[in-house]
Amino acid sequence: MIDVPSFAELNLEVALPGIFLALFTTVLLIVDLFIPKDRKITTAHLTIGALVVAFVLNLPAFNAGETAMNEMFIADAFAGFVNMIVITGAIITVLLSVDYMKRSGIEHGEFYSLLLFSVSGIMFMGSANDLIVVFIALELLSIPLYVMAALRHDDVKSEESGIKYFILGAFASAFFVYGAALIYGATGTTNLPEIFRAIAGADGIVATENSAMIYLVIGAAMVIVALGFKVAAVPFHMWTPDVYEGAPTPVTAFMSVGAKAGGFAGLLRVMIIGLPLLVVNFGDAVETMAIGETITVPSAWQTALWLIAAATMIFGNFIAISQTNVKRMLAYSSIAHAGYILMAVAAVGTVQITKVAENDYTMVAVYAESALNGALVYLLAYTFTNLGAFAVVMSLENNDGSGTMLDDFNGLSKRHPLTAAMMAFFMLSLIGVPTTAGFIGKFLIFDAAIQAGLIPLTIIGVLTSAVSAYYYVRIIVNMYLKDAAVTDEAVGLTPYVNYATIVAFAGTLIFGLFPMLALDLLASSGAQIATLLF
Amino acid sequence: MNVLSEWAFIGVFFVLAPILPAVPILLGGVLSPKKPNAIKQATYECGVETVGDTWVQFKVQYYIYGLVFLIFDVEMVFLFPWAVAYGQLDFFAFAAGVLFIFLLSDALVYAWKKNALEWA
Repeated sequence: MIDVPSFAELNLEVALPGIFLALFTTVLLIVDLFIPKDRKITTAHLTIGALVVAFVLNLPAFNAGETAMNEMFIADAFAGFVNMIVITGAIITVLLSVDYMKRSGIEHGEFYSLLLFSVSGIMFMGSANDLIVVFIALELLSIPLYVMAALRHDDVKSEESGIKYFILGAFASAFFVYGAALIYGATGTTNLPEIFRAIAGADGIVATENSAMIYLVIGAAMVIVALGFKVAAVPFHMWTPDVYEGAPTPVTAFMSVGAKAGGFAGLLRVMIIGLPLLVVNFGDAVETMAIGETITVPSAWQTALWLIAAATMIFGNFIAISQTNVKRMLAYSSIAHAGYILMAVAAVGTVQITKVAENDYTMVAVYAESALNGALVYLLAYTFTNLGAFAVVMSLENNDGSGTMLDDFNGLSKRHPLTAAMMAFFMLSLIGVPTTAGFIGKFLIFDAAIQAGLIPLTIIGVLTSAVSAYYYVRIIVNMYLKDAAVTDEAVGLTPYVNYATIVAFAGTLIFGLFPMLALDLLASSGAQIATLLF
Repeated sequence: MNVLSEWAFIGVFFVLAPILPAVPILLGGVLSPKKPNAIKQATYECGVETVGDTWVQFKVQYYIYGLVFLIFDVEMVFLFPWAVAYGQLDFFAFAAGVLFIFLLSDALVYAWKKNALEWA
């Protein structure tokens, strides 16, 4: 008899939302073939229906903590929250795409299948409990995006966007695999909680003391490079403006929130569950400690993330100032926003060591929970806000891709007062003004970073936020205080785009006024946070 | 447990690997007689000499055929062991095979309907 697992052992129902979506997509690909070319709206409706079903299936994840597929997969509040972000983002993206794809002549039913594949990849990423799953999810989320970026295939810019993203993305994936291999070599496992336990060592000696340490550190660095590429962190951001500008705008909108959510989900999983307590020179750190004393030391990767976060915030915000194309400005601002979330990831790396008795220590990543909450709420806020901003940009975009310059926003408040008001609100949310969701996200992240002792980094964050106000407010000024040179009708202001704008606006406002809605959902995620006793 | 000592085996290979091809080449250079002529000095090229320009456009259909062929190619590799062990498989392994066939036929139906199988 061949030894194979049974269905019951695999616990597949835990992964139901992702499995449902992936299977539905394979069927949708075939169903779409039989939908006539002028009725592709049906495919879009089916897609939204599937996303709503996945959203409902995902709800039980918030109070579960179950693993599936031999502990490779986990459904907890973290996974549930990431799924919620990405499903909501995908629904708004579909609403944005319907008319845009039609009027730019690139309406393909495959677009929706690709989108759903990418969404299921991000969902698997949120639930990944194993480096192998992180890698598969990374590929599943990226490969459809490469194709989607090049969807406008008669346009050189779109082709360039797809090829650039593909080649650099493949390169980043290679980094991830190498890093995962080194981590596996050092710990003997790819399972994230197992890696965590392996760092503790069986006999109470931190594995970081022996020669495997160097491989763990290099492995962690390579994982940061690979996922840093996905979230467009400086210095791995070079592709972002070109890819964002060349890709069809709904794809750009989805990339800026979906791929980012996926990348951060992977980064947070690996750093919080797998490698939070990777402390170099543990022996030197605890040498002079008295019993009962508590010290705070940085994790091996904290400084690296500190520098990346600072560079990302500074670079993204300052380059965004000089942009005159709003699409490109949003691309650079999306780099900047990755920097704020990286700040939260860096905060995880502050480790507290307490000496309980002789040769008896406890190690805790004390700020992991507040950092995680900050990062996830920020991602949620950013998803609503940025998709809303893209919805408004798209409604002004002409069929040939023009109409997204700063001057095209002049006098928008007189032409379309409601759209202008919502755009102003999105801009305020991106700055982080109170009553918007963006404020809650920034507040939680800055709070976590200050608690974790990253004061200079927080100061950089606050200052660059102030810088960002310049280019966000400039759009509001153009909309309200300047007169339009041209008074052409916004061709993109169709019902579906308006629905998308309204959904995004509602999300930004509701989570800005009632942040507890989001925080309550996350309340149980802290159970997973790492403590180490030996 | 010292990780480095485990890697030492691979280090030995790194040292030995260049020696093995280098020794015959060096020996050949020392021992062989040298009588060069024009044909011997020409760049080595295998196969028949090309007719016409090599920079011709290929039909994109070749590429699509190659991709569709891959469906059957990979299918065979995985389905042979599955079929051979069929009698001993439980429901899980059966379902895994069926899922695999479903995904492949999904792709095939898509390619078929998109006219990828027609030589036009």
